[in-house]
Amino acid sequence: MTGATLERGLNAFKEQVDAPVAAFFSSCVNCGMCAEACLFYTETGDPKYTPIRKLEPLRRVWEQEYTVLGKLKKMLGLARPVTDELLQEWQELLYDSCTLCGRCAMVCPVGNDISYMVRKAREGMVASGNSPADVRSAAERAVRIGSPMGLKYKALAAQIKRIETESGIKIPLDVEGADYMPLLSSMEIINFPEYIEALARIFRQAKVSWTLCSEAFEATNTGIQIGSSDIARELVQRIVDGAEKLRVKCVIAPECGHAYTSIRWEGPNLIGRPFPFKVLHILELLDELRASGRIKTENLSNERMTFHDPCSIVRKGGVIDSPRELMAMVSTNFVEMQDHGKWNWCCGGGGGVSANTNAEALRLKVFKRKKDQIEQTGATKLITACANCRLVIEEGLEEYHVELPLEGLTELVAQHLVEDK
Amino acid sequence: MNESMDFLLWTRGTAFDVSVAIFIVGMLIRLFEIVSLGRGRDLAAPRGTEFLPGIRTILSRTLPYGGTFKRQPLTVIAGYLFHIGLLVSLLLFIPHIELFRETFGFGWPGLPNPIVDAAAVLGITGLLAALWNRLTNPVMKMLSDSEDYLVWILTFLPLLTGYLAYHRMINPYPLAMGLHILSIELLLVLFPFTKLMHTFTLFLARWYNGAMSGRRGVES
Repeated sequence: MTGATLERGLNAFKEQVDAPVAAFFSSCVNCGMCAEACLFYTETGDPKYTPIRKLEPLRRVWEQEYTVLGKLKKMLGLARPVTDELLQEWQELLYDSCTLCGRCAMVCPVGNDISYMVRKAREGMVASGNSPADVRSAAERAVRIGSPMGLKYKALAAQIKRIETESGIKIPLDVEGADYMPLLSSMEIINFPEYIEALARIFRQAKVSWTLCSEAFEATNTGIQIGSSDIARELVQRIVDGAEKLRVKCVIAPECGHAYTSIRWEGPNLIGRPFPFKVLHILELLDELRASGRIKTENLSNERMTFHDPCSIVRKGGVIDSPRELMAMVSTNFVEMQDHGKWNWCCGGGGGVSANTNAEALRLKVFKRKKDQIEQTGATKLITACANCRLVIEEGLEEYHVELPLEGLTELVAQHLVEDK
Repeated sequence: MNESMDFLLWTRGTAFDVSVAIFIVGMLIRLFEIVSLGRGRDLAAPRGTEFLPGIRTILSRTLPYGGTFKRQPLTVIAGYLFHIGLLVSLLLFIPHIELFRETFGFGWPGLPNPIVDAAAVLGITGLLAALWNRLTNPVMKMLSDSEDYLVWILTFLPLLTGYLAYHRMINPYPLAMGLHILSIELLLVLFPFTKLMHTFTLFLARWYNGAMSGRRGVES
């Protein structure tokens, strides 16, 4: 990220334009429907947050570089150039007010995938030095230290030791030839170590051959969030190296939205080759274990529970039915939110927004959408499958003085697991 | 009378040939510009397929999502009104079909004139509503630039002049017809270089969206 200049930014924008981008920009008639799908617009009423408008810098580059009329206008000096000032102004729109949730892409009448383009536009923002400082330093920590929160393996080793002592379950580490290699997010290691214990108990019961990898345990990928393929590639490569060294059959993405996107969907494209191993989200694996009868649950709760769909896992990831199947394993009183599954509303903290202090006030404001959605269900417990959503929702509920316990779905399954003692 | 006849003949002759040529060449250039950019091969293991979900999205986006309809009914209703009014007037008006038959040797059945007349009125109403919406809805107002108003005029003129000609509201008649044809030629010439292109590129856009989602196992 050193040596970021406007010129590099413009080149990066240019490189990002492909046939879908050109088809999308050619098709937009400025109908404004995408605004109605975006919580940053619905909760603020400010038209500047209209999703397609966030792409103005990329749109100008496309028009001026890839259309006959645009090139002509540029030659005649009639085109509006992309300047540093424009990009500075657009930082708020491309980072603070977009979680890459992709809901706008579901409603566009002409079919534009706007979040696909926001992800691309961020590459130009990074290259031109217009990414937010917080996300940038998180990305630098991830490259230098190994985790965006500055967490080293030592911290994980301490948690492993503590969990092993307390639960009496051995957590396999660096076992060559294991079937599954779960990844973790820093947040799980620090804030929700229950997740690791839940995995250990479920895998023991299901007799799953698994291992953690001391060289590749961090699943989060700040490169994806900030929009730097160089950083994203380096972070994905670490996981691939770890998985190949241990010769595992399958890598398991944790309860973290963008981590799933980065390893499952962007990963092979970043390193330029297909993976020699499978990638599953933890909920997919648990659902497989359920379907094959390898895990069973008991003492189902009749507490009214609802599920928050993490955008990256559901709408953008395709893990839609598994969470429903798993909810039915733990609760007899599960209620859906009004807009759920692929139509869910974002918690407001995805796509790097929660790591960006510039965005904090806005994020808390737009959280009202999620708060209202949760309250409508009358649920007394909220379940989700993303550590980032979980922290963002906890903080949001606190801001709005709503008392509601939150839990991760994997932990909940572990709580109701039938275990052979 | 002679002058207006000359005008009509010019619009049906030279002007028509030139504008159709610009339209066809322009369209080919624009579509080539888009498709030739290509799309990187996706190396991630697919969960679903691309082709059928792509086709599905091409069809499904014709209907609005309920949630957005509730929030912006005017955008949706005005949009349907003018698109349907325009397409019915263009494709199902018997003189239009006869012109097509003369040129290409085949045609299709049309609708009785009073029905097409009503459709044209609805189309004009829809366009006026859409313009009012664009000028007053805060989101559309902020998004809109001069091109949005230009394409509105380009779309409105053929409907208006057609309506006026049909009802003999401009005299002499050859002048009315000439103006109607000229307005269509204006539309044809500017079509490839404005967002009128969405008429065709939306099929590409919807397909890409549906295919990329379908690959991940999501119906979009």
